[in-house]
Amino acid sequence: MSPVDYIRRPMPKQEPFERVRNFDEVALGYPADVAREEASRCLACKKPGCVDGCPVGIDIPGFINCVAEGDFAMGIRKIKETNALPAVCGRVCPQEEQCEKNCVLGKKGDPVGIGRLERFLADWEAEKGAGEAPPLPPLNGKAVAVIGSGPAGITVAADLALRGYEMTMFEALHEAGGVLTYGIPEFRLPKAIVRREVEYVRSLGVRLRLNFVVGKTRTIDSLLDSFDAIFVAAGAGLPWFLEIPGENLNGVYSANEYLTRCNLMRGFRFPAVDTPLKRSARVAVFGGGNVAMDSARTALRLGADEVHIVYRRSREELPARAEEAENAEEEGVIFDFLTLPVRLIGDERGWLAEIECRRMELGEPDASGRRRPIEIPGSEFSMSMDASVCAIGNSPNPLIPMSTPGLDVGKRGNIVVEEETGQTSRERVWAGGDVVTGAATVISAMGAGRKAARSIDQTLFARR
Amino acid sequence: MFPVVERRMIVPNVHVLSIEAPEVAESARPGNFIILRPDEQGERIPLTIADWDTSAGTVTSVFVQVGASTAKLARLKPGDRIPSYAGPLGHETEIDRFGTVLVIGGCYGLGSIHPIARALKAAGNRVFALIEARSSYLLYWEDRLRATCERVVVITRDGSRGYKGHVTRLAEILALEGIKPDRVIVHGCTYQMMEISGQTQPLGIKTIVSMNPIMIDGTGMCGVCRLTVAGETKFACVDGPEFDGHEVDWEEFLARRESYSSEEVEPLHRSGCASHF
Ligand SMILES: Cc1cc2nc3c(=O)[nH]c(=O)nc-3n(C[C@H](O)[C@H](O)[C@H](O)COP(=O)(O)OP(=O)(O)OC[C@H]3O[C@@H](n4cnc5c(N)ncnc54)[C@H](O)[C@@H]3O)c2cc1C
Ligand SMILES: Cc1cc2nc3c(=O)[nH]c(=O)nc-3n(C[C@H](O)[C@H](O)[C@H](O)COP(=O)(O)OP(=O)(O)OC[C@H]3O[C@@H](n4cnc5c(N)ncnc54)[C@H](O)[C@@H]3O)c2cc1C
Ligand code: FES
Repeated sequence: MSPVDYIRRPMPKQEPFERVRNFDEVALGYPADVAREEASRCLACKKPGCVDGCPVGIDIPGFINCVAEGDFAMGIRKIKETNALPAVCGRVCPQEEQCEKNCVLGKKGDPVGIGRLERFLADWEAEKGAGEAPPLPPLNGKAVAVIGSGPAGITVAADLALRGYEMTMFEALHEAGGVLTYGIPEFRLPKAIVRREVEYVRSLGVRLRLNFVVGKTRTIDSLLDSFDAIFVAAGAGLPWFLEIPGENLNGVYSANEYLTRCNLMRGFRFPAVDTPLKRSARVAVFGGGNVAMDSARTALRLGADEVHIVYRRSREELPARAEEAENAEEEGVIFDFLTLPVRLIGDERGWLAEIECRRMELGEPDASGRRRPIEIPGSEFSMSMDASVCAIGNSPNPLIPMSTPGLDVGKRGNIVVEEETGQTSRERVWAGGDVVTGAATVISAMGAGRKAARSIDQTLFARR
Repeated sequence: MFPVVERRMIVPNVHVLSIEAPEVAESARPGNFIILRPDEQGERIPLTIADWDTSAGTVTSVFVQVGASTAKLARLKPGDRIPSYAGPLGHETEIDRFGTVLVIGGCYGLGSIHPIARALKAAGNRVFALIEARSSYLLYWEDRLRATCERVVVITRDGSRGYKGHVTRLAEILALEGIKPDRVIVHGCTYQMMEISGQTQPLGIKTIVSMNPIMIDGTGMCGVCRLTVAGETKFACVDGPEFDGHEVDWEEFLARRESYSSEEVEPLHRSGCASHF
């Protein structure tokens, strides 16, 4: 028995000074020998805590053992039993709060790099070009519509296609992938990976209808005439603003606008593409989650001289993946913690010129368990900025609820479902992902999709 | 891909564009718009629906060539295909029995007010139209409006047809024509809508304008189309595009519309308006 190895193998990354000048992926992935070394650190616990921490219950010790043994084909097969999007999840899951949090090695040293190993296997498979579609059962005569092509929608489309359903996936935008396509930047999740996953789903016979806005082009009720069931996975796409004075000045963006211009519309290539994206010199990003980190790092890559993350709580409360906050810091993003923007001030032409902020201190824990930020009176100060990006959250888009009588929604416009099945208040209509939970994670959206697919299958099968 | 059925210049710099999109045609209502991309590198741009034909499955818009995207549209030929065409978007025009309604059109609005006039008439209103252009040769679809409306009043900047001048003469013209509208609906350029709203406010005539901010997705996802109406932030693509012109914060709107003007190639041709917006 070899001694316990507490040190995680580092992942090669592009150097910070280099990567802020390009949109290529920052983290380069483990080479095979390093992956095997890292995998060999796993203690193969009898009761693996990591699996409990995984929202879709991947057989983590199982696939890690395959990596250690060098049987990569078996490893990827094990992951794919429960997770259809490993190349995505390996890159964007908040592992430190899920699987890796429960790793026993973490008590004394570094937990096993589970996410990195997952990514390694997915990339190994892609490089081999092996992603062959599994054999499809004959069509079972039932048709299901999926609304939205993000991770929740992709999961249901794939799961049910594999059970013989005739699947159609409707997407409002001109490209599939949901937030994976329009939100998360290329340097963190290359779009080629998302496209590959979408192609895989299409190879299962799923029909993709782009440029189709459900609730507008056709309503849910009208689709119910043509489909036996509908799964709504429309995400949480409605951006929140701070609701402070000056937010309609020019140069003030929602993160959705900023990231969509860059990712979906490829504005970083303007004027080779037609959608412009302003090059701003001083950019303030409001918020502390993944969306804020992505916006700040995008601003740097677009050539900003100075980018600030303005966050009202402290470093400990940052909701972003730890790795991304670190990356942002390495790249030179300046963090203004315990700072609340209170007013945006424009120049005479209606462009943002300054942001006025107030200092905060932390008080008692609030409902979320995090210490509540309290404003310090008289602590106002201002910073000169020519752009700001608001990344404080999103809620579900009201288009579908508004056009679907009898579909129950909660206070923030989230569709109400039965927790275990994803069934909504409307018969033959299921929902899952961010449209139900509000902005959450890729893996939770996939988990919700999996449950709903099972319930749709059971319901339609019983009716057969 | 969406096939182009027709693309034709109807008056200098103004084109009709008909696209085969049966599902959009099926759901189209007066006042809706669509978002299209002319090609794979193209922006997503909004155009108001000016007509549709459910049996042929086609949707028609009228566009003014102002910049890069509309220049690409102006080069399309029947049989070409465009990669995106999504709609119908936005709320439809509120149609009810209002009494007497005046529809006003300028620029591309000469086209898009027609289905509104048609629906208002069908709902039992007395419908008048007022159309404006720089010169008589820039007027189009007048025959369609004449077939629908009780009277069509024309204003041209150069006086080559109808009243000479600009919609700044609205109050005067209404008095001369003896038209007492219970409601005014305007589709046109921003200055025209702002000017008309300013004139109808003291007359106490409810005035609906179709706002045309910069847009990207058109589904409420990005917020770039926001404007202030009655002191509240609204997204034109999902809360509008039609709003009460007396409640719009015009100054802010104009500033926001200019936000990318330095990146946009100055239009080669200015349309009929004093400053095309
Ligand atoms: C910038 C950013 C960074 C993030 N980083 C991470 C991360 O690192 N890790 C992580 O786990 N999570 C991250 N998230 C969150 C994660 O991406 C989401 O939780 C996840 O994508 C939700 O999946 P979904 O399938 O529910 O919806 P979405 O991915 O939002 O997809 C919904 C799709 O439905 C479409 N749609 C909406 N309305 C309609 C309609 N009416 N008709 C047709 N189509 C419609 C939308 O256009 C969209 O394509 C991030 C989110 C953002 C915005
Ligand atoms: C809801 C809605 C409905 C619309 N309906 C129509 C329509 O039916 N027909 C039509 O011709 N146009 C319509 N527009 C305007 C149209 O979308 C723009 O003219 C178009 O986006 C310009 O693109 P471009 O690349 O050709 O010009 P750009 O390069 O983007 O701009 C060139 C010039 O046009 C000006 N411009 C920019 N945006 C607009 C705008 N929204 N409206 C007018 N001028 C603008 C710019 O300031 C610049 O001077 C509508 C806009 C909205 C929001
Ligand atoms: S166009 Fe994006 S929200 Fe209206």
